[in-house]
Amino acid sequence: MGVASRFILRRRGGKSWHWTDIVTWVWLVGGLIIMFGPAVWLAFSSFKTPAALAEFPPSILPYVTSQATVQGYDKPLQLFEAKMPDGSTKVLAEVRRIGLVAQMVDPKAPGEIVRVNIGDRTPVRSVAFATENYTTPFTQFDFLRYLWNSVFVTVTATLITLIVNSMAAFALSKYEFKGRSLAMLIILATLMVPLSVIMVPLYSIISSLGLFNNLWGVILPTVATPTGVFILRQYMLTIPDELIDAARMDKASEWQIYWRIVLPLTAPALAVLAIFSVVWRWNDFLWPLIVLSRRELYTLQVGLSIYSGELNVQWHFILAMTVVTMIPVVLVFIFLQRFITTGIAGTGLK
Amino acid sequence: MSTTSLTDRLGSLLMAPVHLLMRIIDIPLRAVQKAAGIGGMAAVFLAPNMLIFGIFVLLPLVINFVYSMTGGTAFFISERNFVGAEQYQRLFTCTNYLDPMSCQEDAFWTAVGNTFWFVVLQVTLMIGVSLITALILNRDLAARSFWRAVFFFPVLLSPVVVGLIWKWILQRQGLLNFGLYQFGIEPYTWLTDRNWTFIATIGVSIWAHMGLYTLILLAGLQAIPKDLYEAAEMDGTKPERVFRRITLPLLAPNLLVVVVLALIKAVQIFDEVYVLTGGGPGTSTLYLTQYIYETGFASTLRNPGLAAAASILMGLVLVVLTLIQLGVGQRSEKKGKR
Repeated sequence: MGVASRFILRRRGGKSWHWTDIVTWVWLVGGLIIMFGPAVWLAFSSFKTPAALAEFPPSILPYVTSQATVQGYDKPLQLFEAKMPDGSTKVLAEVRRIGLVAQMVDPKAPGEIVRVNIGDRTPVRSVAFATENYTTPFTQFDFLRYLWNSVFVTVTATLITLIVNSMAAFALSKYEFKGRSLAMLIILATLMVPLSVIMVPLYSIISSLGLFNNLWGVILPTVATPTGVFILRQYMLTIPDELIDAARMDKASEWQIYWRIVLPLTAPALAVLAIFSVVWRWNDFLWPLIVLSRRELYTLQVGLSIYSGELNVQWHFILAMTVVTMIPVVLVFIFLQRFITTGIAGTGLK
Repeated sequence: MSTTSLTDRLGSLLMAPVHLLMRIIDIPLRAVQKAAGIGGMAAVFLAPNMLIFGIFVLLPLVINFVYSMTGGTAFFISERNFVGAEQYQRLFTCTNYLDPMSCQEDAFWTAVGNTFWFVVLQVTLMIGVSLITALILNRDLAARSFWRAVFFFPVLLSPVVVGLIWKWILQRQGLLNFGLYQFGIEPYTWLTDRNWTFIATIGVSIWAHMGLYTLILLAGLQAIPKDLYEAAEMDGTKPERVFRRITLPLLAPNLLVVVVLALIKAVQIFDEVYVLTGGGPGTSTLYLTQYIYETGFASTLRNPGLAAAASILMGLVLVVLTLIQLGVGQRSEKKGKR
């Protein structure tokens, strides 16, 4: 502990502490709590039973009240720790409650009924994870379907994005032709056209193509990302033209040059774009909300928002499904966060 | 047998159909190449991307203007009747131009007002918080990349998840009330109070996005030459003066880019607010994108033409902001080259 704290609190050159150091540490530790706390709280809550969720003040860990089956009673009875008249405490099962007095039995000797004042007993609780919050939405609701739709949209859109964008980037970086700068300008100009500006006419185009209530209607408008073309083109500009000229000498077709030479060399940039694309498409909300109106077509994001907007919100299911929706992004964060942060810091794009 | 050769073989086995597909594609493309020449292949490579761009971005952009000049509830252009500037007139019809409730489309002007105050407050606070965080992360820290990642975490979360996380915390039996309860403050239903929901949307969107701007500002701070600070230290310059005379001026281009980026994003706020408050209670958190969405699709009095007109007005604001951004970007690029 001593070594660890000395390592964390070290100052270069052994300088003494300054008030700004304290501000720094308060800010960082506060940031740690504020940034991760809410998500962690949600994850803990997702394992609670509906009864535990309705509790105030809430407990941090998921607790359930213990029950026991007692001879002579059909239903399992709730266990309480009761204070006996002689001052000792005993674990008893409640048979019924009349006003302020509870009729209880000893689970080991169920013959004799003990009367206990309800102020003198506390429920016996133990930590238990309500995993049915996770299994029920998948088995009894459509969430498995939503999960599949989300995975399908994310994977398909990312694959098409990589192919289409890299082809365009190849043309814009390795060929001299009339209108090249115009094409580049058009692509960059579309950065200015967010979905919220064109959603009404885009909807009419999607419906006239028969793609309303179709996952392809969600996928196609998103795949020609200007950011992707931009990132890939910048990277391809660094590939020496001599390589391509040499391949042409060897009678390679242009398609072979793209597929066998340029694409493998662009792998690092393709990886960055793939990570971005997966996060974008997984998180998309407004457009799927417009295009998909049939329940069995919802993506996870749309399904979650619809279920959470209902009058009688079943929070125990919503919380669990929110955690499921978070998982891919948390995995990306843990393993690939480095690529994203350097990518953003380098280009300023997201 | 080593494991690498096994994975290699597995990899080539998986890639075999892809290679085959590429060869099949190559056959017709070779014919095309013979006809069009090497230069002509550029068009072939560009075509899929531009086709998708054209259909799903450029075409809607053009149609949007037509849409905004038609009336009715039909979605197909051929079924819509031309009404000229009527939709715009409707948006701008007010008896008293200082009072949004006196306008014919009072919801639009409420959304404009809400969005305006949201943008002003959110961007100011977010840039402040991001700048402080970036300055702190730029200090001589142990495990800097860990701390940088901490603030970046919410940026990756989906807006729906962000909305639900905070909806759960702001619940009556949520974490916030629990925290306040420790100090003897009674639980409160934050999400049914007009003022608090407005503040909540600002706070939540800052929480969700500040990591991105911190990252860009931190990159700017780290690009400032260290010898400037060393020289200032040798001269015994006060830290406040170092900040005002070295850090701020050299960070200014990044700061401007970040401000404009944040403005563009804030104007379009929708997803997390829609999940968190649904625009309510009443219209207290109704922002522009939600107005467009509801006018175009959701509301019972659907009017796509009116939604298109409103979206064009919003688009104009975004174009102006983007042009500022491009101008600023170019200026800072020139400065960098000099």
